[in-house]
Amino acid sequence: MEAEEVRLMKGNEAIAHAAIRYGVDGYFGYPITPQSEVLETLAELKPWETTGMVVLQAESEVAAINMVYGGAATGKAVMTSSSSPGVSLKQEGISYIAASELPALIVNVMRGGPGLGTIQPSQADYFQAVKGGGHGDYHLIVLAPATVQEMTDFVALGFDLAFKYRNPAMILADGVVGQMMEKVVLPPQRPRRTEEELRAQCPWAACGKGDRKNRNVITSLELDSARMEENNHRFQATYKLIEQNEVRYQTYYADDADYLIVAFGSVARICLKAIEEAREAGIKVGMLRPITLWPFPKTQIAELAKSVRGILTVELNAGQMVEDVRLAAPTTPVYHFGRMGGIVPNPGEVLQALKEHFPELA
Amino acid sequence: MTTEEIIQPQNKVYSRPRLLDERDTHYCPGCSHGVVHKIIAELLDEMGLENKTVGVAPVGCAVFAYNYIDVDWVEAAHGRAPAVATAASRLNPQNLVFTYQGDGDLAAIGTAETIHAANRGENIAMIFINNGIYGMTGGQMAPTTLLGMKTATTPYGRTAELNGYPLPISNILATLDGTCYVTRQAVHTPAAVRKTKAAIKKAFENALAKRGTSVVEVVSTCNSGWKLSPAKSNEWMVEHMFEKYPLGDLKTPSEEPKN
Amino acid sequence: MKEEIVIAGFGGQGVLSMGKILAYAGLMDGKEVTWMPSYGPEQRGGTANVTVIVSDNAISSPVLDTFDTAVVLNQQSLDKFESKVKPGGTLIYDPSGIHRLPSRTDIRVIPVDAITASIELKNSKTYNMVLLGALLKCRPIVGIDAVIRGLRKTLPERHHHLIPLNEEALRKGMSLVD
Repeated sequence: MEAEEVRLMKGNEAIAHAAIRYGVDGYFGYPITPQSEVLETLAELKPWETTGMVVLQAESEVAAINMVYGGAATGKAVMTSSSSPGVSLKQEGISYIAASELPALIVNVMRGGPGLGTIQPSQADYFQAVKGGGHGDYHLIVLAPATVQEMTDFVALGFDLAFKYRNPAMILADGVVGQMMEKVVLPPQRPRRTEEELRAQCPWAACGKGDRKNRNVITSLELDSARMEENNHRFQATYKLIEQNEVRYQTYYADDADYLIVAFGSVARICLKAIEEAREAGIKVGMLRPITLWPFPKTQIAELAKSVRGILTVELNAGQMVEDVRLAAPTTPVYHFGRMGGIVPNPGEVLQALKEHFPELA
Repeated sequence: MTTEEIIQPQNKVYSRPRLLDERDTHYCPGCSHGVVHKIIAELLDEMGLENKTVGVAPVGCAVFAYNYIDVDWVEAAHGRAPAVATAASRLNPQNLVFTYQGDGDLAAIGTAETIHAANRGENIAMIFINNGIYGMTGGQMAPTTLLGMKTATTPYGRTAELNGYPLPISNILATLDGTCYVTRQAVHTPAAVRKTKAAIKKAFENALAKRGTSVVEVVSTCNSGWKLSPAKSNEWMVEHMFEKYPLGDLKTPSEEPKN
Repeated sequence: MKEEIVIAGFGGQGVLSMGKILAYAGLMDGKEVTWMPSYGPEQRGGTANVTVIVSDNAISSPVLDTFDTAVVLNQQSLDKFESKVKPGGTLIYDPSGIHRLPSRTDIRVIPVDAITASIELKNSKTYNMVLLGALLKCRPIVGIDAVIRGLRKTLPERHHHLIPLNEEALRKGMSLVD
């Protein structure tokens, strides 16, 4: 079994390595830029010969997510990855997985849309990821990695949370963090769960009755509306629990900040450089980076909003997370700076946007 | 001899299969689904597979199959049963994994999943109920609806110009290297029921022996959708459906495992 | 120490792999590194560029608007990145195919004829290693030994016999810079 190891690799490659080392049982994917390295790396590493992990290139994103559904239904730790157009195709399956209360991990390495769009980085799937995406009232646990290390670590975190709450988790990355290489510490190899461990951890799994007296059925169908409403109440109770327990975020220079930037993923790193430059010029800017986009760190933003003059969200979209920031800080001026279509702003542009929205800084 | 004297265990010639739940089904009287369910329940018991089977239910009339046969089940999205079964089978190779699908599920919305699962030679059995109509949604055209057949969405009869031709998907599946066994059966007579049971048994055996994908098409009736009595439906099926969908083996397995 | 570098040229010139080798060398020396490529179909013939940052401390943005050093290998890249070199920074360019020369006087401008050098080395694939040698002479971000250790770690065994040639190319590149 491989021990902890320092490596230089792309975010997409890190996802593949992390999946093997976590002891993931199955990966089902379909090629799409800019995330194809996940499947390619897994194919090259051949984990079926070492850990026994199943890796399969499906005929479509639709098939891939339904393979995830099928694998998760049997209690296995299964995942898929794709990029924006492919993740749109997966939405029906994701809704079924959420409604069937199954753990699974979905990775979206976002690219610019709408439509076929571009292969360059984007964050325009924020609404899709945090507000549901597919049909029905459900939530994914959404993790936004900013570094290759977080791409690695969030595989384990995503699965741990998914199994803890029996709810699918998503790593919402983008082309920057998927394609860039940086130093990463790979975790030690964990063994895959044995059948006995799986049956103990997932007494609900439809993996053959075994010693069980009653059959397990994984379904999201309930034609009795009263019972379907009960199911929904149960889902909502889970979401409430997740909101109470699992909010994750990081703050930077926030203690004495007069202005607050809210940004997630790779964009937060660009903003951090802009903040460092602003601080050198005597402008007290800080940042809150949501790590969980759902549950959203709304109380933390509300708290910081009390002591700043204004908030700027920086996103690779037309203004999506800014809506959640405004809900969290209704009495604070909240502005949005975004680039779209695959354009990634540089630190200078972020600083410029800050000065435009807060003219006293110019 | 009194009735009480006749009702004795030693005189019993037929009983509900042990794995078929004691509850009324939601199927219409005369529907073929009930017979095929019974066959599957009998086989899973006879073959000792109760504790190592995962069924994958479709969307369609058989959506509630999991309410009747006492093994573990996963209810798939419409058409996706072969993808669901692919993962369930690959991740649990010790299990028997089978899908139970209708013509709309397997041959319309799920065509891609059906063909690719079969082409990969997934070690699963696909039980395919072909009654040429969408029963659950109220009798609309299916991919297997015959030309001239009236349905809710072909009220003047299916025409090739407007709707294309009935799709003989099993014939297509028989051409793929991944399938080991493709057969077309029916359940309209006791003899046909016995042959279908033998076919499904062979399909289950193939899946367990890792010989590749098996497809058992059961040409079936839908007396509600066809708007005929159960008896007339059987006659109509023999007269019309069997012409387009003739019974018999389309491909038979070799004894060697494929992978 | 923190060095922010852009390497830009045609796809196929070894732009991305030169950046990768530099980043690996940084890793070998215990530095923090980021390698951020332009990606997509331009890898197959259009223009490609990569931003490499090597630093003693944690790196914030992998995306930059200005650079300490630019290595540009065609006219488009020169036109695009000359203005983005920080005052006092370094611009290394390959003069072949360049018809409009760099004009800035507040930066160090260094032509490196890596094509001729790689022809002399009898292996056109040494092109980017010559440039890397020149870059490391101008900006000693990492030692040559770190580059070699990086190559040894990243190259498959069957290519290890090429390491001496690569070292020769690095030294040749260094010799091209005063």
